[in-house]
Order: sequence, then structure tokens, then C-alpha cells
Amino acid sequence: MDVPIKVSGLDHFFGTGQARVQAIFDVSIEIEAGKLTVLMGPSGSGKTTVLTLMGCLRDVRHGSVELLGTELNGADDDKQIALRRRLGFIFQAHNLHESLTAAQNVMMGLQVHGKGDPVLQRQAADHVLGLVGLADRVDYLPGNLSGGQKQRVAVARALVSNPAIVFADEPTAALDKESGAQVVSMLKALGQARGTTTVMVTHDPRVLDQADRIVTLEAGRIVKDVRP
Amino acid sequence: MTGILSLVLGRMPIGWLQLTHNRGRLLAALAGVSFANVLVFVQLGILGGMNTSIEANYSFLDADIMISAADANTLTEGGNVPRQALIRALGVPGVSGGIPLFLGTGSWDHANGDTTSFQIFGLPADAARYVNPAFGLPMDRLAVPDTVILDTNARYLPEAALSDVSPSAPVALELNDRSLRAIGTFDGGSSLSSDGSAFMSDQSFLALFPQRSSRAPDHILLTVTPGARVESVVERLSLVLDPDLRVRTLQAAATEDRVYQTTVRPTGLIFGFGVVMGVIVGLIIVYQILATDVADHIREYATFQAMGYDYRFFLGVVFEQALVLAVLGFLPGILIGWALYLALNQMTGLPIEMDAARAATVFLGTVAACAVSGAIATRRLVGADPADLF
Repeated sequence: MDVPIKVSGLDHFFGTGQARVQAIFDVSIEIEAGKLTVLMGPSGSGKTTVLTLMGCLRDVRHGSVELLGTELNGADDDKQIALRRRLGFIFQAHNLHESLTAAQNVMMGLQVHGKGDPVLQRQAADHVLGLVGLADRVDYLPGNLSGGQKQRVAVARALVSNPAIVFADEPTAALDKESGAQVVSMLKALGQARGTTTVMVTHDPRVLDQADRIVTLEAGRIVKDVRP
Repeated sequence: MTGILSLVLGRMPIGWLQLTHNRGRLLAALAGVSFANVLVFVQLGILGGMNTSIEANYSFLDADIMISAADANTLTEGGNVPRQALIRALGVPGVSGGIPLFLGTGSWDHANGDTTSFQIFGLPADAARYVNPAFGLPMDRLAVPDTVILDTNARYLPEAALSDVSPSAPVALELNDRSLRAIGTFDGGSSLSSDGSAFMSDQSFLALFPQRSSRAPDHILLTVTPGARVESVVERLSLVLDPDLRVRTLQAAATEDRVYQTTVRPTGLIFGFGVVMGVIVGLIIVYQILATDVADHIREYATFQAMGYDYRFFLGVVFEQALVLAVLGFLPGILIGWALYLALNQMTGLPIEMDAARAATVFLGTVAACAVSGAIATRRLVGADPADLF
């Protein structure tokens, strides 16, 4: 699929009545497959709202978002859940499950697809953790990993099921310069190798350097769209 | 354990891993569930012991029908029955025989200062047919005045006091300050109201309780002719006898006695209330543990939601935790409960015993209570919104 995400005339607001706040206005954009697209903009510009609407983490109420060929406006919960299983998410806070080891956290990215051979799942988890440089940390609990290592586990969890699209929100914000660069390089390399589309919200210049496309939002509108 | 649960659940046992990750909280939770279990076991044990001892009093008797006073809610409570009722009952078709039954309590003061109280059954010495043969009471020997058959399981009996009792080697004792001779023994047991039981003839009984009259027994026991339907005879008796009298099968009397003592009398209500309190304590403890656990992991749950896990998965995790708490909490609960049963049995002589049915009931109740707590705790999952993660 050349264009896995098509957004047109997308509006979104929070609250009702006098408390109603319009977050985005008439946003239209098409995201190309296999590319690293960065959404940036000042705080409150609506970039995260766009990301969550694209990732079917919020209901699309006005406008259209076509994700992997499925219209999200009016999509029921079952359809949204089925779509989410084809996506990968990386959060600013790694959100690893503290009682699961690195490998078990990554395996959760596989088990969402149903019962499978746990031995094969474990092998796949170990393999992806190896790709992100954590082959010697597979049985570590998150509490025993550094911030960069935790974020790499989160990357492995997002990528282990070979998702069509990865949505990432400031994945390098909590990392030092070296760890941040590692994570971005890794995402870019794995994305290119697997043809994964990546949509990332970030301000990190290390990411901007590697982006295929940079979309800037301000006050809920796209004000700039460049391909460096 | 993780491997076993993985096989059983067909997925990673998130609930188990979550619980065992925080050992302190897990131990507190298990202590809470065990405490609730012990509470329920003890209350049920005493309630069961009380029920058993109530029915044991009836099990000494072998009759089809019992006539009692209108206010005789238990075997030992209520007014007397006019002896004429026996005469009238014997004239009712289907009634083959009957006897008066006298009941009283007597105390045997021992040399060591202890006292054994007996529930005394007084009935005609030639009425062996009305005594359950399983107890092997030598009723015919009671024709000798001031003789008694004593319960060897009665509390506070001096050691070996009744070990060699026989009609040819009676043991002298004083009941209510009257000299008697024990000429036989049987295996009974104590109840909430007495330390044991004793049998004597109606004549000896009336001599022991001079204020009582032979014309006013506590109950009348009847047998029906072979082939007669007991319920039909009860109906006929009810039409013939004074409407103030209660005519019931002996089994019905025992059941009504048990129901009355467990649902109307304060002792039964207190123990029943204790069971309810135990269940409520368990519910609250497990709810608190599970709800706190859900709240503590709300971001992880939201992450799983973002990954595509549906609500059933989260329900499964919470119920998995509830089941783990129920099973692991039950094990120490039943062990402590069993030890307390032994201690209570030793101290009170009440037939308090752990049986499979009670253990299974408490276990299933624990699982159900934990499941209910889990179901309530899952309401907190509503707060898991993956969009909030960004």
C-alpha cells in the first residue's frame, strides 16, 4: 500500500459547550509507505491529537482518516482493535510492564495476535531484542534497565510483530544524546529494512536530520510540509 | 508456576506475574484472604457443631412422630404436654405405640472441683424400642430405681471415671445432689447447652425432679403401624388432638429445631452473621488489593489497549489475579481453620470437624467472592485510555 494513511478534512475538539476547545482544523495529509514522517510544532499545536486519531486511539468524529484502507470515521471498537494490532506504538514514557522481563514485554506484542507457540514467540522476542542491542538483557526486569535500554525494549515491542505503521511520540525525549541517536537510527534502519511506515511526533533535531518528511502544525493547522 | 499458568491460560500469566512482582502486597493480600477464610471456617465450624449436637439429641431417639407443646421450638424448650394426649393418640388409626419423654438437666460435681452437666432423657424402662439401637443402651436395666446410663464423651469427666461401668459394677454418683448409680455408658457428645447426655427411667427421672409430674411429659413419642404413612397419621393426630399441640414427624422436629436455633436464636444468628462478616471482609480485602493493582498498572493496561488487547483480556488478567488470591489464600486458611477446629473440639467437646463438603463450600465461596471483587475492581479499567498515554 503506497499510502497507508489518508487524512482529509479532519477536525477534532475536546470538551463541550463553553469548555469546547478545537484542537485541529481541516487537516488533510497523506503519509507515504516506508517513510519516516515527523510531525512537529509547538505545544498545543495539535500534532499529538493528529497522531492519536491516525492511530485509532481516539474516535474520528469529523472528517476522514483512512488507515490501511479502513475508514476510521464511524469504525466500531472491534474494527479499531483489529487495526491497532497491525500498528506499533512507542511512547515518550516507555510504559513497559514492570513485572515482565524485557523478553516478556516484547512477547506481549506477539501474543495480542492470539495463541501461538510460546517457544517461537520467545525466539522472536530474543531476536528483536538482539537487533536493538539488548541480547544480554532479555531476562532483565525494566527496573534493572537504564532509560535508554527501556526505550529500546519499547521499540522492540512495537516492531516485533512487524507492524505496517509505527506511531511514536517523542521517543527520544527522555534519553541522553547517545541513546536517543541509537533509538532513531534503529527505527529508521528497521523501518527501511522492513518497509515500515513511521509517524513520529518530536522536536529532537537528531530525528529531524533523519526524517524523510517534516510536517509542521500550528494552532491545529498544517503550516509547513517539507521533504528534506 | 509461571509455566503451568501459561499452559492453563494459553497466554502469559500477567496477573500472576503482577502479583508476585510485589511480594509484600501479595503476602498482605494472602493474609487478608486467609483471615477471611479462617473467620468463615470458625463460624461455620461452630454453627455446624451446634447443628450436629442439636440433631444428635434427636438421633438418640427412635420414633416416627413427636407431640410437643405449641411453644416447644427446640427439644428442651417450651411447655409440657398433657399425658392424656398420649392416651388419645393411641386411639388414632395408624398409631402403634407411644411413650412420654421427660427432659431435664442434672449436674455431677466431681471431687476435683469440675462439674459435668447432663441433658437427661427420662423414658419408661421398657421403652427400649424408642431408643436408637445404634447406641446400645441397656434400657431394661434402668428399671432399677435411681440408675442412669451416662455419656462417656461428656466434658469434664474425671479420667477413667466411667471406664469399667456395667450393670454388675455400677459407679456411684450424685446428680443434682441425689445419689444415683451409673449402670451403663454410651458414646454421645456435648452441645452448647450441656456437657453430655444421660438416660434414666421415667420413674428415676421423676424422683430426681420431684417438681415434675408424670402427667406432664416434655414430649410424646409415637410409632406407627408397619405400612402406615407417617404424614397421614400426623394429619389424623392433628385433627384429634388439642390444636395447641404440635404434631410432627421426629425428623421434622429435628429440622425445625435446627432451623429455629440457627435463624431465630441469638447464638445461631451471631454465628451466621459471623459467616457473612467473613465473606464481606474477604470481599473488601480482595477488592482493595485488585483495585489498587489495577490503578497502579493503569498506564500498562492503556499501553496494552493501544497494542490491540481488548477488554476481555483485562478482565481475564483481573480474574486470574482473583483466582490466584483465592487459591493461595485458601490453603493457609484451611490449615489454620483445621487447627482451630481441633483446638475448639478439645476445649468445648462440640463436634467441630473439617469435612470435605465444608472445605469445598468455603473454597468455592472464596473463589466466588474473589471473582465478585475482581468484577467490581475491573470498573477501574474504564480509566485506562490509550490516548492519554500521548
